[in-house]
Amino acid sequence: MTSSSNPNRVNASVRAGRIDRTRTLNATVDGREVRGRAGDTLASAMLAHGDIEVAPSIQLGRPRGVLSADCTEPNALVQLLDGDCPEPMLPATEIELREGLRAETLSGVGWLSQQRDTAGYDKKFVHTDVVVVGAGPAGIAASLTAARGGARVILVDQHRELGGMLLDGQADIAGHPATEWIGRAARELAENEQVRVLTRSSALGYYDHNYLLVAESRTDHMAAPPPSMSRQRLWHVRAKQVVLATGAHERPVVFADNDRPGVMLASAVRSYLNRYAVLPGREAVVFTTSDSAYSTALDLLGAGARVPAIVDTRPEPSARLVEQVRAAGAHVVTSAAVVATTGQHRISGVRVRGLDADGSLTGWSSEFSCELLAVSGGWNPAVQLFAQSGGAVRWDPVVAGFVPRLAGGSSAKVVGSARGTYDLAGCLAQGFAAGAEAATLSGFRTAPPPVPQVDGDRQGSRPRPIWLVPDESRPPERCTEHFVDLQRDATVADMYRATETGMRSVQHVKRYTTISTGLDQGKGSGVNAVGVLAEILSANSPGEVGTTTFRPPYTPVPLALFAGRTRGELYDPVRTTPMHRQHVEAGAVFEDVGQWKRARYYPRGDEDMHAAVLRECAAARTGVAVQDVSTLGRIEIVGPDAPVFLDRIYTNGFAKLAVGKARYGMMCGADGMVLDDGVSMRLAEDRYLMSTTTGGAAKVLDWLEEWLQTEWPELDVYCTSVTEQWAAVAVVGPDSRTVVGRLAPDLDVSADSFGFMRFHETVLTGGIPARISRVSFSGELAFEVNVPRWYGQALWEATVTAGADLSITPYGTETMHVLRAEKGFVIVGQDTDGTVTPVDLGMDWAVSKQKDFIGKRSLSRPDLVREDRKQLVGLLPTDTTTLLPEGSHLVEPDVSRQPPVPMLGHVTSSYHSAALERTFALGLISRGQQRLGDVVCVPLDGRDVEVEITSPVFYDPEGVRRDGPAKG
Amino acid sequence: MLLVRCPWCGDRDEAEFRYGGQADVDYPADPHQLDDATWGEYLFVRANPAGSFDERWVHTAGCRRWFSVVRDTATNEMRPDIPRRRESR
Repeated sequence: MTSSSNPNRVNASVRAGRIDRTRTLNATVDGREVRGRAGDTLASAMLAHGDIEVAPSIQLGRPRGVLSADCTEPNALVQLLDGDCPEPMLPATEIELREGLRAETLSGVGWLSQQRDTAGYDKKFVHTDVVVVGAGPAGIAASLTAARGGARVILVDQHRELGGMLLDGQADIAGHPATEWIGRAARELAENEQVRVLTRSSALGYYDHNYLLVAESRTDHMAAPPPSMSRQRLWHVRAKQVVLATGAHERPVVFADNDRPGVMLASAVRSYLNRYAVLPGREAVVFTTSDSAYSTALDLLGAGARVPAIVDTRPEPSARLVEQVRAAGAHVVTSAAVVATTGQHRISGVRVRGLDADGSLTGWSSEFSCELLAVSGGWNPAVQLFAQSGGAVRWDPVVAGFVPRLAGGSSAKVVGSARGTYDLAGCLAQGFAAGAEAATLSGFRTAPPPVPQVDGDRQGSRPRPIWLVPDESRPPERCTEHFVDLQRDATVADMYRATETGMRSVQHVKRYTTISTGLDQGKGSGVNAVGVLAEILSANSPGEVGTTTFRPPYTPVPLALFAGRTRGELYDPVRTTPMHRQHVEAGAVFEDVGQWKRARYYPRGDEDMHAAVLRECAAARTGVAVQDVSTLGRIEIVGPDAPVFLDRIYTNGFAKLAVGKARYGMMCGADGMVLDDGVSMRLAEDRYLMSTTTGGAAKVLDWLEEWLQTEWPELDVYCTSVTEQWAAVAVVGPDSRTVVGRLAPDLDVSADSFGFMRFHETVLTGGIPARISRVSFSGELAFEVNVPRWYGQALWEATVTAGADLSITPYGTETMHVLRAEKGFVIVGQDTDGTVTPVDLGMDWAVSKQKDFIGKRSLSRPDLVREDRKQLVGLLPTDTTTLLPEGSHLVEPDVSRQPPVPMLGHVTSSYHSAALERTFALGLISRGQQRLGDVVCVPLDGRDVEVEITSPVFYDPEGVRRDGPAKG
Repeated sequence: MLLVRCPWCGDRDEAEFRYGGQADVDYPADPHQLDDATWGEYLFVRANPAGSFDERWVHTAGCRRWFSVVRDTATNEMRPDIPRRRESR
């Protein structure tokens, strides 16, 4: 590579950097070629080219350039155009350069691809003793000590190599360059089987009881990743101890035209120079409020750049530092601030004015030309994870930042610059100590090692933050070019506007101005906004204003990562019955009932659902039809106290139910509202088989267990879910007796011998053991044949064969719904919604007057005996072809349609009926049982549909069909 | 994700459990002896302190056993329940 393609790349003899100069990587940004080196980020490669400018700003269209070298970047946001799925809004400062990478810079808004994301995403669930977040000096020190003590350690860091800000500086540890110390530590950690180092990984969230989510990027840095490798992994980590060594982010300074390309964080300039061997500008003014930017100035000078001035807000910076930079060829302007920048697009010069003790501008001014302005408004400890876990922060005036309040709230140990400790020896000492303490508290008694000798690090002295550099001509409320949040184009004037509307809380100002709502979630802008607000409100310190709430994720994360593999077919478990294949072969259309796939209807030829259901209903009412009812919940209730228990659970009595008989039962919550229903059989004196609704099985078992364990532990009863042990079919219709008689030759199925609500055990043709009951959810003669699960297919086969000459018709849930609705049988959860009592349903017959049961006391509560309660009724549209949509409101015909229209009730079930040759519906309506014969209205598509209120039993109200044809 | 200590299975993730609300809200011995207001209290009124709270959990995806713990609702710190003090109610 020639120097002309990378004019800003520094010679290896000046800075080696952490790049591999032997490997050239070609990328494209906004259609232009960018050639970088292995180890570059997209941003460092662009800067090496001399490309500092990116897409213009989001609202104002102002030129913007690369500001940072980390995840706080507000300007250099790109959309990746290659890869599995074009991903929006990635900071170029965090993208590792790879061969063939294509990107476009964004004006603060990306675009969603229409392409399906075909990359793989995985999850890992792990337990560990110690998690250390951040692999700077403090994090490495903590990991080393904890691991040496024998603890299992997970070390998480966002970048490809360990070291953190050590890689941006030039310090020595134990007499050698820090990179050697890092290298030794990385090897030691890699060789320890108890340690897992997750690089390219971001700790997104830190939740209760030391639970962390870590997003690991696995393939984005590869030009050709292995096809089997997932792109990202989401680690769910439960730790005994957590050490946060999350570092600190430098903040910009708020002054006029502070957004011009070429204005860059001083730490970023240093990072580009030392880590990437890139000099972003040859003539650089440094504007600082503290000591750290002096290192930037010295490094710039050492690399051959000119530094026309170091502008320091402080009247008396450290004399030693001032002397150092003077010796290196620069001079320091004290008690001063940059008040303006000039330039067409990129910065070409700055104007500097003096500051008095109050922060007002003084008389003198000075101008310097430059192509880079390295700014340092101070440092923000990265307290995000600490605060997420419940920790509070406080304003520390000495370090001029919000630091963790270490007592209470969070159990994490916070070390290094994350708690405002900025000297290297201090970071190492805290890391070693925290690692030892974390290991000891996890059961591995460990002492911290001595802190090695540290050289080349500069001790900090007290900063003088300046939140708002006054404008030379305008009052602060008109500072429309003092940018607080570059990503949102939000200015000091915007903040004044917020406070002029009366807002005082930083939370309100944030939302009003949108400051800190961008991709970086205020990592760069948040504390500056707090500082400016403190000035506007004349608060004594930013601590009085406080921070906004820190919420996960720490860095943006694709939703696909949270989905992982649980998408498409794996989204939710699918439960099928043993006869599922036969339903598929019969052409069934399925519906989801909970996790079950149930056949909804079986269309023949060109039939739609309407036609198929009419045909299936007619078969059940006039011939014979069969349904797979294996999904019904089944619970065995066993024990000497089972009769007492069921009497308390069900609204009606079960203790006196004879062995060999079955009974419909309804259960309520303590509030008297219907919970579930189903038929229970008494198998023996101490044994019942309860059936529940398909969707309610798990809930009912929980309900039974709750009462047994928490209220009536003295009852000797056991409950076992046996849903999965049985397969069952319902054989329904006048011809069902013939079919069941053929199926069960040993059984006398005549009406006299096999009464309604009885069951018998028998053996079917083919030797299949079965329990057959006479229950009916349609009003027709019907049998339910239960067999052990593994005979399910054989049962279906045998039933269909036995009824072949009678044209036995398979039917689905839709037909089942119509048949039961014609009889006024309710479906819990469709005709009820948790506010409906058995009395509201007109099912007083199922409510025992003698015994007590759960919910009985509630049925006499004043609210449940109100006369205007909604009650179950039948609804017949005057026009027999109009199908009322379920959920339709019922209103009086003669009331004004001006909202609010009093709502009397609503339609709960609505169908076409083959037997009635018309549409019909069930509904809940106020005083319904007293209103039979009344006509009410359903407003529908701008017109009124007239509906007559009727009894909910539409078909065979005398119940003569239940026992089938007289001759059986 | 809380770490909940099941007395039978040990420390497990919250996702394995179902929350059961305030502990020691006993089902009245004879509900029909209670006036509507007292029965309403039993049905609908629960404590909601910021701080120590006796509450129930059930290990639905594990042993299916109910148990009680004391949780600080402000910090989520959890400790085993002290024995029930029926006589004090």
